[in-house]
Amino acid sequence: MFIRNLGALSLTGLRSTGRMGLFLAKTFLFAVTPPLKFSQLLKQIRFIGFQSALVIFMTGAFTGMVLGLQGYYTLNRFGSAALLGPMVALSLIKELGPVLSALMVTARAGSAMTAEIGIMRITEQIEAIELMGLNPFRYLIVPKFLAGILAMPLLTAIFDVVGIFGGYLIGVKLLGIGEGTYFGEMANYIRMRDIVEGIYKSLSFGVLITWVCCYKGYYVGFGAEGVSKATTQAVVLSSVLILFWDYILTSALF
Amino acid sequence: MENLYKSFDGVEVLKGVSLQVERGEILALIGGSGHGKTVILKHVAGLMRPDRGRVDINGKDVYSLRGNELEELRSHLGFLFQSGALFSSLTVFDNVAFPLREKTHLSEQEIKEKVLTVLEQVGLSGAEDKYPAQISGGMIKRTALARSLMRNPEIMLFDEPTTGLDPVIAHTILDLIQLIHKELKFTGMIVSHELSRVFQIVQRVAMLHEGVVLFVGTPEEIMASRDPVVRQFITEALRVPPSAMKHFYPEERLHQKG
Repeated sequence: MFIRNLGALSLTGLRSTGRMGLFLAKTFLFAVTPPLKFSQLLKQIRFIGFQSALVIFMTGAFTGMVLGLQGYYTLNRFGSAALLGPMVALSLIKELGPVLSALMVTARAGSAMTAEIGIMRITEQIEAIELMGLNPFRYLIVPKFLAGILAMPLLTAIFDVVGIFGGYLIGVKLLGIGEGTYFGEMANYIRMRDIVEGIYKSLSFGVLITWVCCYKGYYVGFGAEGVSKATTQAVVLSSVLILFWDYILTSALF
Repeated sequence: MENLYKSFDGVEVLKGVSLQVERGEILALIGGSGHGKTVILKHVAGLMRPDRGRVDINGKDVYSLRGNELEELRSHLGFLFQSGALFSSLTVFDNVAFPLREKTHLSEQEIKEKVLTVLEQVGLSGAEDKYPAQISGGMIKRTALARSLMRNPEIMLFDEPTTGLDPVIAHTILDLIQLIHKELKFTGMIVSHELSRVFQIVQRVAMLHEGVVLFVGTPEEIMASRDPVVRQFITEALRVPPSAMKHFYPEERLHQKG
């Protein structure tokens, strides 16, 4: 019985992984072949990018401030408080910026994507699109996918810059580190490669969030319960995959 | 359609359904809930694939069509969903205009004229700027009907167009379908439980029972059927005693059909 259940579970897992892979492949295919629903793309950039800016700004500011505070007390023990600038900036640019931005976008926009597509599925709106001779992937999924890829690096950049100024506020204005020291050491220690690494991460998180969240909405279960379940699964799976993929990328790019 | 089989999670819903709809006629699909009526409509529209069997439209197998061919077929097909399937983020006007904006090269002025004409036909003048959440069930069905008619379909599929509506609105919708059929001469299939009115607008009726077609014939023939399952269903759906069945559908009323 146990073996049978294990087998059934493995088969289900394998089937849904395969379906997810096919979903991503189809999205890629339709994203790189015309026509592109440009008006839908702009709408999604506004939703995923512009409307997430405030929450990214707030998260970035507080993360930078906490880093400034914690970093100062830790570095001060070793007499290296002058390195607060590079510490804050490196933590943000390489790790916290891309990861926390992605988690915030998942919570704000990813969950909404799943719910929107899921509701469209259970109310037969996706079937109505198909019957009008339109491709639901081109109309619904690709604009979200491309908007995610375009918006994530920009949101991460906002997060990083705001976070660095949050650290500045605490380190320089509150704890008295010199302004020149804070930014000067940062310029000495941060390499272009660190910034590019952060951009790669945020780009891949953009793919990951839109892929998982759109997939969960597209293959939603039945009724309101199905949509709520799919939304929860989308947020949990995206968040876990973001952290997992972050580790893989960090180890590969380090 | 020929020998259609379909199962969901091991439960067989269609067990070899074969049906033929002649050009220009409307066929009513009747039967209890869960007997596969909607599943049949979705197979005809190519929204579901059967486990076995085929559906031919104008001599072409629906499931062998891909890309442009399928798109071409669907451009001649209208589907009125049970829920209406209106886009909740668009107004009534935009919902009806949607197929024209996406699939034709008409100017915005031409689209506006066409949409307003159709909305007037279905009695929705003045509701153009309302969103689906702001209108009644009957208005949702009429908006969906207007949208499905925008490209003058040759084939119309109606999935319970009157479910959840009060009898007056339900009859208005069915009257509208009859009127539009007279005008467009489409070939149609309709799933409905409003048997008394539906029997007046269709040419033939097919009754599904436990995944198979139990009966196909004219409304008169089904009313006269001696099959106990058919009789029980018709009696309960029309709420008439079996003894009164042949009187319920008098000859002169049947001859008024459009």
